[in-house]
Amino acid sequence: MSGGQGRIVTFDNVGLRYGTEPEVLSDLSFTLFPGSFYFLTGASGAGKTSLLKLLYLAQRPSRGAINMFGRDVITTPREELPEFRRRLGVVFQDFRLVGHLSAFDNVALPLRIAGVREADIVRPVSEMLDWVGLAHRAQSRPATLSGGEQQRVAIARAVIGRPDLLVADEPTGNVDPEMALRLLRLFEALNRLGTTVVVATHDVQLLKSLPDSLIMRLNKGRLLDPTGALRYPPRASFASTHSLGGDGE
Amino acid sequence: MKQPPPIAENLDRGATSFGGRAAAALVPRRRISGPVPWVLAIMIMLSALAAGGALALSNLASSARGELAGAITVQIIEADAELRAQQSELAAELLLQDPAVRSLRRVPREELDRMMEPWLGVADAGDAIPIPDLLDVQLNRQASEAELVRLQSLLENDAPNSRIDAQSSLLEPVYSALTALRYLSFGLIVLLALASSSAVWLASRSAFTSNRETMEIVHLLGGADKQIAGIFQRSVAMDVFMGAVLGLALGVAVMLVIAGQFAALDSGMVEGGGFDWHDWLIIAAIPIAGVLIAIMTARMTVVSALRRML
Ligand SMILES: Nc1ncnc2c1ncn2[C@@H]1O[C@H](COP(=O)(O)OP(=O)(O)OP(=O)(O)O)[C@@H](O)[C@H]1O
Ligand SMILES: [Mg+2]
Repeated sequence: MSGGQGRIVTFDNVGLRYGTEPEVLSDLSFTLFPGSFYFLTGASGAGKTSLLKLLYLAQRPSRGAINMFGRDVITTPREELPEFRRRLGVVFQDFRLVGHLSAFDNVALPLRIAGVREADIVRPVSEMLDWVGLAHRAQSRPATLSGGEQQRVAIARAVIGRPDLLVADEPTGNVDPEMALRLLRLFEALNRLGTTVVVATHDVQLLKSLPDSLIMRLNKGRLLDPTGALRYPPRASFASTHSLGGDGE
Repeated sequence: MKQPPPIAENLDRGATSFGGRAAAALVPRRRISGPVPWVLAIMIMLSALAAGGALALSNLASSARGELAGAITVQIIEADAELRAQQSELAAELLLQDPAVRSLRRVPREELDRMMEPWLGVADAGDAIPIPDLLDVQLNRQASEAELVRLQSLLENDAPNSRIDAQSSLLEPVYSALTALRYLSFGLIVLLALASSSAVWLASRSAFTSNRETMEIVHLLGGADKQIAGIFQRSVAMDVFMGAVLGLALGVAVMLVIAGQFAALDSGMVEGGGFDWHDWLIIAAIPIAGVLIAIMTARMTVVSALRRML
C-alpha cells in the first residue's frame, strides 16, 4: 500500500493562516505512520480543525511542505487530488451530510463517487448502518435525525470505503459515552485493517480507552512534542501491535 | 458487543462511473416549481416571435423585390387621345419584339378610370383630363438603369411621348420601411438573446448557490471536477429545457395563429412572408441555443467555484 517508505503523511514546518490574520498553525513537523492511531487534542481554538483540514485536503498550507501517500501535495496538480481524497475518510466536525439524501445514500456516497457498482453497495452500507445502530433509520433524511444519529451517519460514511487515512473531528461529541466507545471500536477495527487514524477530541475518557494510541497536543497552533516522538516515533510504539502497511489494497 | 462489520473489503472501485440516478439524486429536482423555467419560457417565446417576425419580413421583402425587380411601367403621356392610342399600340408592338420582354399588359381604360375616380370624381373624367396610357411590362431580367435607357431609346421614334419607370423605384419607400422593420426585429432578437442568456446565467448561478454545499461535500469526498460539473449541468439543463420547450411551443402557436389570420386576408403580398424549412430550423435553434448557454454557464459556474477550492 501507500506508505511505501513507512509513512502516510509527513508535515515539514507547516504554517497556516486564514487571509491576513496571524498564523493559526505554526511550525508543524510530524509524521503519521501507517497503522497508527493518533488522538489530536488541544483547547478550543487551538487549531485542531485547521490541522485536520490540511490533512483532508480542504486547505492549502501557507508555508511548509506536506507529503501524503509518498507525494508532495503542494506540487501535485489539482486534477490528481481527487485520487488522494478517495483514499481518505473524513468525519467533519459539522458532519456535512447531504440534506436531501437518506442516511443510506449519504453512507453510500463515497462508494458511488469511487465508482463501486450499485450491486456491491447495498450489503456493506446496510451492515455499516446496522453497526452504528441506524438500520431502522436508513431511509431517513439527516434533518429528521438527532445530532448523535447524524454523527453516526457521518462516521459510517467516513469508514465505509476502508480509507488509508481516517480523519475524525470530534466524532463523539454528540453521543453518550457508551456509543462513543462503540464508535471507537469501529475506528479500532478499521485501524487493525491498516488504516491510519487521527481523531481530534476533548474526551479524556476516549484517550484513556486506547492506551496504544499516540497523542498529538496542540497549543495555540503549535504541536507539543517534547520528546520528538511525533517526528521520530519509537517503532515499538506501533510496529509491534499493528502490522506495518496492513493488508490494504 | 458484537464485532464491527467487515469494512467494505475488496470493493471494486472504478467499476462504473458515477452517474445515472444516484448521481442525479444529488441535486434535488424542483421541476417547474420556481419562476425560472417560466421566465425562460417567456423569453424564448418572445425571441422566437421576434425571429419569426424578422424572417417573415425578410422573406416578404425579398420575394416582393424579386417579383418587382423585372417590372417596368411605360406611360404614354399624350393629351390627344388618338395619338396616345396610336403610340401605345406601337410601343406595345416594339416592346413585345424585344428579347428582354417576357410579358406585357395594356392596362385597360376602364381600369385607369376606376383608379382615378377617387381623385377626379365622375367616371368619365378621362375625357376632360388626359390620363396617360399605361403598359405593365415584365422583363425577364433586372430592370437596370441601362436597360431602361435602352428601352427608352427603342421607343424614341415611334412613341416619343412614352416614359419608362422601374416599378421597384416606385416601391423604394416600402422597401426601406420593410428594411427598417427587419433591422428593428433583428435588434429585438439581439436584446432578447442577451436578456435570455442573462436569465439562463442567473438561473444556473442560483441553482448553484442552492446546491453549493452538496457540490462541496462531493468534492471533499473525492469527486472530480468533471463529475461534479456533469451532475450539476444536467440538472440545470433539465430546468432550462422545460422552459425552452414551453417557450418554443407558445411562440410557434402564436406564429401559426397570426399566419392563419394573414392568410385569411388573401393578399398576394403576404404569401411571400411564409416560412421555408430553414426558417423553421432557425426558430428551433433558439431554444437549443438557450439550453446550450445554460449548460455552458452551469459548467463555468461550477468549475470556477471548484477552482477556488483546493
Ligand atoms: N475559515 C476561517 N477563517 C478565519 N479564521 C479561522 C477559520 N477557521 C478557523 N479560524 C480560526 O483559527 C483558529 C483555530 O480554529 P480551529 O477551528 O482550527 O480550532 P479547533 O481547535 O478545532 O477548535 P474547536 O475545539 O472549538 O473545534 C481559531 O482562532 C479560529 O477562529
Ligand atoms: Mg474544531
